[in-house]
Amino acid sequence: MNCSVCGAPAQVEVRRRNRAFCAEHYRAWFVGETRRNLGRHRMIRPGDRVLVAVSGGKDSLVLWDTLAKLGHPATGFHIQLGIGGYSERALVTTEAFARERGLELIVVDVRESFGLTVPQLAEVTGRKACSGCGLSKRYLMNRVAEEEGFDVVATGHNLDDEAATLLGNVSHWQLDALVRQGPMLEGREGLARRVKPLYTFTEREVAAYAFLAGIEYQHEECPHAEGAKSLLYKDVLNRLETRMPGTKQVFLEQYLKKVQPVLQEGLAEGEVELRRCERCGQVTTGAVCAHCKLWDRAYARAKKRRLLPEDGRFDPRPRVHRLEPANEA
Amino acid sequence: MKVILRTPHKEERELAGPMTVRELLERLDLDPEGVIVARGRELLTLDARVEDGDTVEVIRAISGGGA
Repeated sequence: MNCSVCGAPAQVEVRRRNRAFCAEHYRAWFVGETRRNLGRHRMIRPGDRVLVAVSGGKDSLVLWDTLAKLGHPATGFHIQLGIGGYSERALVTTEAFARERGLELIVVDVRESFGLTVPQLAEVTGRKACSGCGLSKRYLMNRVAEEEGFDVVATGHNLDDEAATLLGNVSHWQLDALVRQGPMLEGREGLARRVKPLYTFTEREVAAYAFLAGIEYQHEECPHAEGAKSLLYKDVLNRLETRMPGTKQVFLEQYLKKVQPVLQEGLAEGEVELRRCERCGQVTTGAVCAHCKLWDRAYARAKKRRLLPEDGRFDPRPRVHRLEPANEA
Repeated sequence: MKVILRTPHKEERELAGPMTVRELLERLDLDPEGVIVARGRELLTLDARVEDGDTVEVIRAISGGGA
């Protein structure tokens, strides 16, 4: 198989587009497609400050790398979740990436900020680790973006992530989630714009770019992801993709193009009224946000179990650490 | 040939070649859509041939959680 551009031996085949590329032209195609995604949805606008959520995995590091190549040197934001050695190795990988490329990195440690790790939070509240983890990530990303003056939060969601989420939402007819799902969620007062510039690439394509761009990422899977429904949905979709290339792309793109506008119109009841949380000041729909409610409950239970001091009170202000590129030079 | 699997735990296998990458993945019972296959610093397409003396790395592309 040869490169569709130069005829040299191909290293990556993109079957859904009926194309193949050598290493050089694959990297160029990947960066060009990302530029098109950014432009198609006006994800990043002149003067925007961009915060990119970085886990240390391939998707977020590829996104950070690609944004820098496209002239958007975003600040990375890494959350230390406290999932043992897995989280420690994720931080080491993320810091090394930032240092090598001279990029600014912001780190928040959940335990240092709030008193418990994500696994401890799950244990004391009886909720699944992924549930508290997702809530903490969304809260911290938005809070740090607002307090540090970022206009946009970029995440590394790829086509497999989005197609799997869509399949999960369709399987359960989660209309609220279906209406919101998309490559860009426009910002509102107190809520930064959320963008997913890699949403058209399959995970295999992102992994291929990481490999050919020499990006060192964390291969290890989060121990809490084992048995996750998202992996089952991805597996089902990949079986279809192998037999019918383009299935994931058509499933997502045609949903966004043909079905979502109808749903949005049918469910239009005006924008949900937002207010500030009485406890932390972040944007929410109720008097107290879900994050503060969860942590207040966790504190009450953790104190009973003597995991936290008797006089401990949840303080929602995150402790922010910065890795400044200039200081590392 | 030596096959290093990173799916995601590292594991090594010895398989007799030659064969195509597509045949290799069939033998390993892996979906081609969920992995990338490398020989040294080079990625291999499904029609590429791998020989007995090669060392091939199969890297899982699918992830389900965030750090």
